[in-house]
Amino acid sequence: MYELIIAGAGPAGITAAVYAARKKLKTLLIGKDLGGQPNWTTGIENYLGYQYIEGPELVDKFWNQVKQFPIDIKTGQSVTKVFRLENGFQVAADDGQNYQGLAVIIATGKQPRRLNVPGEERLRGRGVTYCAICDGPVFQGQKVAVIGGGNSALTAAEDMIRIAQHIYLVSITPLTGDPILIDKVKAAPNITIFTEHQVAEIEGEALVEAVKIAPRGGGDAKRLEVGGVFVEIGLVPNSELVQGLVKLNEQKEIIVDCACETGMPGLFAAGDVTNVPEKQIIVAAGEGAKAALQAHRYLQRRAQ
Amino acid sequence: MAEVKIYTTPTCPYCKMAKKFFQDNKVAYQELNVAEDRKSLDEMIKHSKQMSVPVIDIDGEIIIGFNMPQIKQKLGLA
Repeated sequence: MYELIIAGAGPAGITAAVYAARKKLKTLLIGKDLGGQPNWTTGIENYLGYQYIEGPELVDKFWNQVKQFPIDIKTGQSVTKVFRLENGFQVAADDGQNYQGLAVIIATGKQPRRLNVPGEERLRGRGVTYCAICDGPVFQGQKVAVIGGGNSALTAAEDMIRIAQHIYLVSITPLTGDPILIDKVKAAPNITIFTEHQVAEIEGEALVEAVKIAPRGGGDAKRLEVGGVFVEIGLVPNSELVQGLVKLNEQKEIIVDCACETGMPGLFAAGDVTNVPEKQIIVAAGEGAKAALQAHRYLQRRAQ
Repeated sequence: MAEVKIYTTPTCPYCKMAKKFFQDNKVAYQELNVAEDRKSLDEMIKHSKQMSVPVIDIDGEIIIGFNMPQIKQKLGLA
């Protein structure tokens, strides 16, 4: 039985682990992606202490800091469900293992939102990608569709100007990203923009061959022949593991108070999975620190 | 010693994590940058039917993405 289990190994989870270790709590840190979202971030200029640092480099520093402490760390596994026990909690991991803890911090962050259209899941990794920064170069000389109208979609489209033969940018709304990015994308000779259009289906046998789009208000569907579909329509919180256990808001974020408490004694949450405003590395790290200190207080109170 | 190949792009974070994992565990690997090397890209797509990196080939068995438990099992690491 652990005193504290931290689910998620991004900035919130890793910071919580450092604080828990310094309080000498018997701690388990468990998470699939060591480092979380900063791994996907290029230049960071607003995490104090570094005037400029690349995301993966910052993650490496986080990692070096946490691994010097005598806590248990399991990476490459994620927690799929949290259960309430009489005397604490049990967490189930996706590799079939179960762990028990007196207190739990949920710091599972967010993941890319899916389109939820036919063909998407089947062709995932076969032309459908949620990581433009990873897979962009794979689509050299091909036609691709970028789905979304915000900054991530525009950045993906901009990156592909040099790489792809042609880009279709498909947004359900007018483009909402920064005007400077919109101008750059609009000026490119090899981009066609469809606003007020939604994706109806992704087609292909072994790999993506086409995407079907339709005007939002109804009308004739178009079939665009593409080899790649880059889905960049925002993020959703990884809160399923505590669904039914704690309150979530409309965006499915875990509702916490200013002490990272979820309303269920012993169950805390921190970082991007919560309703705390501003999804920033420094905010997530600070929330992780608070959650660990609150968990420590909770454990002290219950020991009395 | 297992023969390990990893297909990567220079910007892919999971590729960096996977390479770090191999280095930490002293596993020798061959890196094929599919952004530069068209032949490796074609080979990756043909063998794995995948267009997302990393694709990892351990003794001819294809592992999709940086799936640490699967890699550990294949390499016999604890």
